[in-house]
Amino acid sequence: MNDSSRITRRRLLATAAAAAPAAYLSAPFVRRAHAAGTLSIGFWDHWVPGANDAAVALVNEWSEAEGVPVSIDFITSQGNKLLLTQAAEAQAKAGHDVLSFGTWYLPQYRDQLEPMDDVVDGLRAKYGEVNDTVRYLGYVDGFWSGMPFTAGSQMKGPCSRIDLLKRHAGIDIQAMYPAGAAPQDDDWTMETFLEAAKACHAGGNPFGIGLGSTSDSVDSIGAFFNAFGGQLVTESGDIVVAESDGVKAALDYLRQLGPLLAPDAPAWDDASNNKWLVSGNGSMIWNPPSAWAVAVRDAPELARNLWTHGAPAGPAGRYSPFLPYFLGVWRFSPMKDEAKSLLTFLGQESSAKALVEASSGYDIPAFEKLTKFDTWAKVGPPPGTLYHYPDPHGTMTLSISGAPAPHNIAQQIFTQGVMTKMVVRQMEGESLDRTLGWAANEIEGFLRM
Amino acid sequence: MTDQLTLEPASAPLRPKPRASLRVMSRRKSTIAVLMTLPLILLVLSLVLYPAAYGVWLAMLNKSMERFVGFGNFEFLFRRETFWMVVWQSCLFAVSAVIFKAIIGFVVAHFVHNIHNRKQRIWRGILLVPWVIPPAMSTLAWLWLFDPSYSAFNWIIAQWGGDPIPWTGDANWARFSVILVNVWIGSPFFMIMYLAALKSVPDQLYEAALIDGATWWQRIWYITLPMMRNIIAITALFSLIVTFANFDIVRILTAGGPLDRTHVFGTWAFSRGIESGDIPLGAAISLVMTPVLALIAVFILRDILKRGSEV
Repeated sequence: MNDSSRITRRRLLATAAAAAPAAYLSAPFVRRAHAAGTLSIGFWDHWVPGANDAAVALVNEWSEAEGVPVSIDFITSQGNKLLLTQAAEAQAKAGHDVLSFGTWYLPQYRDQLEPMDDVVDGLRAKYGEVNDTVRYLGYVDGFWSGMPFTAGSQMKGPCSRIDLLKRHAGIDIQAMYPAGAAPQDDDWTMETFLEAAKACHAGGNPFGIGLGSTSDSVDSIGAFFNAFGGQLVTESGDIVVAESDGVKAALDYLRQLGPLLAPDAPAWDDASNNKWLVSGNGSMIWNPPSAWAVAVRDAPELARNLWTHGAPAGPAGRYSPFLPYFLGVWRFSPMKDEAKSLLTFLGQESSAKALVEASSGYDIPAFEKLTKFDTWAKVGPPPGTLYHYPDPHGTMTLSISGAPAPHNIAQQIFTQGVMTKMVVRQMEGESLDRTLGWAANEIEGFLRM
Repeated sequence: MTDQLTLEPASAPLRPKPRASLRVMSRRKSTIAVLMTLPLILLVLSLVLYPAAYGVWLAMLNKSMERFVGFGNFEFLFRRETFWMVVWQSCLFAVSAVIFKAIIGFVVAHFVHNIHNRKQRIWRGILLVPWVIPPAMSTLAWLWLFDPSYSAFNWIIAQWGGDPIPWTGDANWARFSVILVNVWIGSPFFMIMYLAALKSVPDQLYEAALIDGATWWQRIWYITLPMMRNIIAITALFSLIVTFANFDIVRILTAGGPLDRTHVFGTWAFSRGIESGDIPLGAAISLVMTPVLALIAVFILRDILKRGSEV
């Protein structure tokens, strides 16, 4: 039913992207000369200083072109402020017209969000497919409930100390992941990773992977489970944790890795890994380049020794955690057309490029043709340190813990940190059967509707 | 209207006029009292009773908040292993913290009571600092003291040749840490309440006891404690309720970890309700302790009232 309008929109988008701003102005995103009110936007408050300014500049550019007044709030995810805002607005059916949604919250509020198929399909037609994690979280029940947004979308792959990996484990990580070229990572396997963890632990610089229940910990450990084929719940909602050979293999591996990690790893939050690396104690963490950015500011010598690279391969493949952000438009919004117009503008390559540049490469667009910007190749020190961060050669599967389970189950597996808790239980010496039984029981509790 | 007027008896003019009755009503003390407290009543209704009632309503809905399930959420909770662990932890956290706060507050109040008046003011001010600082802020400072990478405590321990302590990484140490911070923040409240109570104990009682040859311990046991009984009960009750409902300390220090072993009702309700998107279950968790605490409050307050009427 939307076919004709979709084709027209694509053509217009293509024209808009290729031509001068004048052409953009002619695109009929907003069907009114002037909007009836002010478009209210709630963006996630970016960690990286200056990144918010780029978002403001883009919105202002659109606002001037379309004659739509805007108001922007930057809402921090610290203390779950963004989450509370989403919950409050969903309950009150009032608030921002456009709001940022991280990971699980788009599926959670999908019934209250305006379908974005026309916007996302247009962007997919121009910039290629989105990765599996973005599709899993954004396209639920047959429609896109939000637009994958560049700002905040991140990968949590390994960031290593070049010097310490060389000294303790004899690994030249720059040779394995050379700047500007495809990775030479055939030997970068789970076995190599475990040996390196042992060597770095013995050398007094343990790896820093959290085992807490915040997203850095859960996402990283989820990638290990995936690398061993360890699914807790199937796509159709069957609980297979107790029978899965992949889960058993992952737990066996992580039981060995756990004691080699930083002390207090079971209590880590999302700031702990950053602090661990910047303190100079750690030889590797799994995180977006915010830790590197802090090191550039606070410990420049250390920053010159950091290299972001790909994850090790397990029997089931090479997995890296990807955490996307979306922009959604509430159904109660009286300015849906204007909101869609803004989202279409923010999804363009030029907008994505500006956001990536302003965040020093922290942000990663979801579309496959937008992962090779200059920013990642040129930022430093050392030069090329972030080249492999967005997986420009597509050697990894981008994953999220809990997938492919139905969203209501997977969200709770993720937020309750079921996988990390299983690992810590194993580290405490609990029997495998007891751990698997506990996990199955917890997940059964998540099935309530 | 016309019919009614024609039916009025001859004595009708004797009835007070409406304006006059309004004047009489406004002169009544009870009316004035109600009017003056009306803003507060409205405030209580809108900010306390409405959210509480809404919370009860939410706790009786299904996960997607589309269906009334009665006590279904509570039945579900009672079957969960983690729920009973949280019950145990909340009791451990609240009871042990209140006991330590009461003991420390009692001892410190005595010390401060024995200081000379002018210096006492300075000490009172200094000792109140932990209670005056917003808990979220002071807990952040404690978080740094416990931090695995930068812990000042561990640095001192290392200077003495000891091994670092996993303050928040090990379940038992983490429980100790959250209780310690709660005691640190809450003790000054007990101290100031007990100090006020101590000041109201007549000196003549102690003088008479001294003449009778009472020991220090006997004076404490037979004079101080009975005279402070009401204030001890009220303070303990108030602190117990506030400590049971604590959120910020646990949330900031451990977020309930490791392995959920420091969760209390508030933090677990937030984790299940907001983070996991199950608002009705979160509401049910936060309401579980209400009847128990209400019962404790009734017994303690009844006891205090009884003693008050005896006096």
